[in-house]
Amino acid sequence: MTIDIIVFALLGFGLLFTLIRFIKGPSLSDKVVSLDTFNMIVIGVISMLALVFNNNLYLDIVIIYAILAFLETIVFARYVEGKQDGNH
Amino acid sequence: MEIISYVFLVIGGIFFLLGGLGILRMPDTFNRIQAGTKATTLGAFSILVGIAFAQPSWILKIVVIIVFIAISNPIGSSAIAKATYKSKNIPSNLVQDAMAKVGEDHDNA
Repeated sequence: MTIDIIVFALLGFGLLFTLIRFIKGPSLSDKVVSLDTFNMIVIGVISMLALVFNNNLYLDIVIIYAILAFLETIVFARYVEGKQDGNH
Repeated sequence: MEIISYVFLVIGGIFFLLGGLGILRMPDTFNRIQAGTKATTLGAFSILVGIAFAQPSWILKIVVIIVFIAISNPIGSSAIAKATYKSKNIPSNLVQDAMAKVGEDHDNA
């Protein structure tokens, strides 16, 4: 369907913008923030794949990915908190 | 039913695009946290609601995902904001610093 292609194009541009910020982000916390947003957009992409392929199991993948993304955000936040300058 | 589903999916895609654009264009770290987290939370809700309208038998897993995102995403953004504040890398044009008078006794939290 054309609507699916439109939604995938919007999600792809969102992924592209977060990747640009991840590459050129001036401080470490900018990179962590862009990684968090990247994970959320990937959750949207996998949900759309569940709809396109008409398969229920992709939503299980979404649940596991959401849990791993949350843990990753918390761990990187603790790491940023430990580094006192944060300029890397 | 399909029309409602497509409307929700396009709204979710637009909000994800705006989240990425906010990450790219906002001037400092706290603005980026706001733009990225708020926009992508609403985008994920909208896309999942659109999928629930398209396939009504999948609603149990979709409710689980929505509840988990609603809990975990604000916690993650709050953790990043606190870590950014504590890493002494805050922007120099702050007009108000409410964390400054929290004090040193909460510093080990």
